[in-house]
Amino acid sequence: MTTTNGEFITFDGVHKSFGKNVVLDDLSFSVGEGERVTLIGPSGSGKTTILRMLMTLTRPDRGTIGVDGDYLYHEKRGDQLVPASDGHIRKVRSRITMVFQHFNLFPNMKVLRNVTEAPIHVLGKPKDEAEARGKELLELVGLGDKLDAHPSQLSGGQQQRVAIARALAVDPDVLLLDEVTSALDPELAAEVLDVLRDIAKTTDVTMLLVTHAMKFARDVSHRVLMFNEGRIIEDASPEQLFNEPEHERTKSFLRSVIDET
Amino acid sequence: MSSGLMSYVWEGLGNTLLLTVFGALLGLVFAFIAGLGRSSERTWVRGIAMVYTEIFRGFPSLVLLFALIFIVPTFGYQLNPLFAGILALALNIGAYAAEVVRGAVKAVPPGQIEAAIALNFTPWQRLRKVVLPQAVVAMIPPFTNNLIELLKATSLVSLVYISDLTFSAQLIRASTGETALVFFGLLVGYGVIALFFTAIMKLLERMAARSLGRTVPSGLFGRKEVAA
Ligand SMILES: Nc1ncnc2c1ncn2[C@@H]1O[C@H](COP(=O)(O)OP(=O)(O)O)[C@@H](O)[C@H]1O
Ligand SMILES: [Mg+2]
Repeated sequence: MTTTNGEFITFDGVHKSFGKNVVLDDLSFSVGEGERVTLIGPSGSGKTTILRMLMTLTRPDRGTIGVDGDYLYHEKRGDQLVPASDGHIRKVRSRITMVFQHFNLFPNMKVLRNVTEAPIHVLGKPKDEAEARGKELLELVGLGDKLDAHPSQLSGGQQQRVAIARALAVDPDVLLLDEVTSALDPELAAEVLDVLRDIAKTTDVTMLLVTHAMKFARDVSHRVLMFNEGRIIEDASPEQLFNEPEHERTKSFLRSVIDET
Repeated sequence: MSSGLMSYVWEGLGNTLLLTVFGALLGLVFAFIAGLGRSSERTWVRGIAMVYTEIFRGFPSLVLLFALIFIVPTFGYQLNPLFAGILALALNIGAYAAEVVRGAVKAVPPGQIEAAIALNFTPWQRLRKVVLPQAVVAMIPPFTNNLIELLKATSLVSLVYISDLTFSAQLIRASTGETALVFFGLLVGYGVIALFFTAIMKLLERMAARSLGRTVPSGLFGRKEVAA
């Protein structure tokens, strides 16, 4: 893999607690431009929290998060780093989007409008251009015949594929995927993972994924980070991490997820 | 009934409908301002909205009406009685309906707002494009109750000599002496108007549900069972 910028996304000394529960303590790592990194680890180890902080859905207590040289929650004013204005956050956030475990399609919009609403009203694309692109993306996820359906008329797998098209429609530089198949039956999960495999092959968007689908993680990621109790305990290529994990905790975790499936 | 008495009926009906419709529209404005205000991130906005809802829910509409008609003039300004009636009813029903707005907005799943943030919608776009279209669907059934409450409360204005349906009934009763018959007719009249408003709201409810790809069983008394 060739990364033009090895520090495209940076977490530096990030701390997060919920009440007394310290979830992330002094977390630092970086992700290169175009890199696809999978976060694995037991439930409650802080994976979702990391993605949510990048999506500005959860604020870190301390530390900085950077995206391509800009801080997400801070602005440079002279030499000083000051808390970011809403405008600054919105600007940096415009490069990132997220697909959620429970799809979160807008039930008040039909499928095509779910996909075109942000391109038209956030990116300011002309309507016909946004619709052409929306149809193309829905075609790509295998739903070219569902443009006029209501989300409630679709299966979970179809809804998640719409959500993926909706995310791609805003031309993100960074795509966050949080257990996007966990709410789906295995068969429906497989169709979503196939779509994501295709997308991973054909785009150079930087991806942070959380998944328990280990075969998929092995296929698409450049790098895997093993989390335990808010810390990265292993950071390796998928071949290395899945075939010859170093840590006992990684081994036992991998055994447990493989037993599950 | 003589045509003179009939003209009382029409005038009364007209004013009752006017009070209900404009009271509801103005009440809706109060309800949205206060209901959204109570969901605001700013403490002072929440505070003002809370003071409005708590105070005006506690005032009887009739006392509010007396206040508008008899206290406001002491500040040198005379309100048109019909407008005072509409305002009093709207302030009262708006305070109740504000709670409906607040509850419905709160009931929109957080994942919807998070998805809107992930697409970088502005806070205003999140509200207008995602939260409100979904919340409104949930507001309509309780709004129907508010509307019927409002219709019933309009009869209070007869006490300040506004010629609504109840006032007209009193006039007709006085001139014919047919007390039982007139009041029976009045009951039927309010019942029919209530059914009429309920039917309109049912229609709105069905339209709103359709916008979310759901269906509501037809019929005036169809229960709000939602098919996914
Ligand atoms: N909004 C929240 N309020 C309180 N605790 C939370 C919240 N979100 C997450 N947590 C806690 O943070 C920890 C990490 O959660 P999460 O990031 O969802 O882990 P993972 O995705 O790895 O399962 C858990 O202990 C969880 O209970
Ligand atoms: Mg999680």
